[in-house]
Amino acid sequence: MSLLAIQRGLRDHILANQSGQSEGVSARGAAGLAVYRHAYRAQLVACLRDTFEQTWSWLGDDGFDAAALSHIVAHPPSGWTLDAYGEDFPQTLTGLYPDDPEVAELAWLDWSLRRAFDGPDADPITPEALAEVDWESAVLTLSPTLTIGEVITNSAAIWGALTGGEAPPAVERLPAPAAIRVWRQGLSPQYRSIDAFERQALAMALDGYTFARLCEQLGGPDDAERTVARVGGLLGTWLQDGLVCSAG
Amino acid sequence: MSDRVIAPFEGFGLGLRPPHYADFLEHEIPVDFVEVISENFMVRGGRPLYILDAVRERHPVAMHGVSMSIGSADGVKPDYLRRLKTLVDRVDPLWVSDHLCWTGLEGFNSHDLLPLPYTEEALAVVCANINRVQDVLERPILLENPSSYLTFADDEMTEHGFMARMCEATGCFLLLDINNIYVSGTNHGFDPATYIAGVPVDRVRQMHLAGHSQGRDLLIDTHDQPVPDPVWALYDLACQRFGPVATMIERDDDIPPLGELLTELDIARARAGRLECAA
Repeated sequence: MSLLAIQRGLRDHILANQSGQSEGVSARGAAGLAVYRHAYRAQLVACLRDTFEQTWSWLGDDGFDAAALSHIVAHPPSGWTLDAYGEDFPQTLTGLYPDDPEVAELAWLDWSLRRAFDGPDADPITPEALAEVDWESAVLTLSPTLTIGEVITNSAAIWGALTGGEAPPAVERLPAPAAIRVWRQGLSPQYRSIDAFERQALAMALDGYTFARLCEQLGGPDDAERTVARVGGLLGTWLQDGLVCSAG
Repeated sequence: MSDRVIAPFEGFGLGLRPPHYADFLEHEIPVDFVEVISENFMVRGGRPLYILDAVRERHPVAMHGVSMSIGSADGVKPDYLRRLKTLVDRVDPLWVSDHLCWTGLEGFNSHDLLPLPYTEEALAVVCANINRVQDVLERPILLENPSSYLTFADDEMTEHGFMARMCEATGCFLLLDINNIYVSGTNHGFDPATYIAGVPVDRVRQMHLAGHSQGRDLLIDTHDQPVPDPVWALYDLACQRFGPVATMIERDDDIPPLGELLTELDIARARAGRLECAA
């Protein structure tokens, strides 16, 4: 029996999770096959628990593990690193908890903060670096770890309470859809709730809009001055958060 | 085949694990080298690389991987190798090791160390994969004997016989896991002493020591307990055969304070020293 056939057989056996024989394995291999079937699932559940720690805390052991096992069946890992496993777990949770949007939002926050943790390094600029910038043509380069997610619940507050070991607040729908931005400042992953205006400004900056065009698009012709002031305020916050890596 | 040699390194080390990061960053830890899990640091930035760089300034580092999948019939993944090479260039490690096993196939990755049949065909596949890895990394690698829980009907040779021929054909070296020999020997009914006697002396560059657990039917390589007496006894035998070889305590679960592992490492030092003096 070829190596390829043996490996396909063992892979299929592990994925099917049924007791019985795998072709090519010695006759006394049943106990060993059970060890490999168990180890595969146990390791992936442990990986998801580790990555989605606050989601696990929110759902509890039974609810989380059931969701994890469902995800493992639908999404066998393909990447060489376990760190990559779970990227689509929030979507699985959306399907499993259609009436509880905070669950997938918590999972998105868990995932994004983990990715920011070991994302690319970049050096943020200080406000002094903006002294010579021509704002008509300036384009902002933002931290490569920045990611933005849409939310409709107070999931950020829930996540914060769970992380701090406090009793989480009850789930609430936000009065208007909002967003959370996640990035890394120095070595520490960060998150902040943002409104639709900042969400749009960041999206434009990420799309490479010049600062001038960004201000023009965000405000109407009648309130240009007010818009520039508002975006200027945002820019100050972004600089303080270490989000801006270059302007020019 | 690589004709490059990895110089012997006579030291006693520990695996770098997250609960001990602060110890290694803030104190002088009496180890001769540190082993890191390669994949934990094959990242783009952030705290993992900061910690690795800081530890590397203080200690020689050995890189130990779990995802090379050297036995895959469809070969080693190029993107994995590229990322591994990037880390090798950054760390300049004592050596790079992984396991004699396969972890994935055709886009699936089990993230488990799955066993290989010890056949002529598997030997040819493993050797071709090793040659490719050694070409890309520009250095010979070490491969570790895994714990295993089943064997294959078509096996044509012993594990140690397979490894001896693999070393001869590729110029690779061995990381001998003493606990794994004991676990697999118990599970499959072979004599660990015979195994050790069959391992080529000049290829062993590192030894792992660890603990295991009794499963329902089989011994399981859990790395969650101190090194037990039968593994220490086997280590004595290995020291007698292989002489001074870099030795490390592996602990991956129920990780105790660093001091406990250093005490356990002192036991390894004492046993190895006593046997070397007697030799």
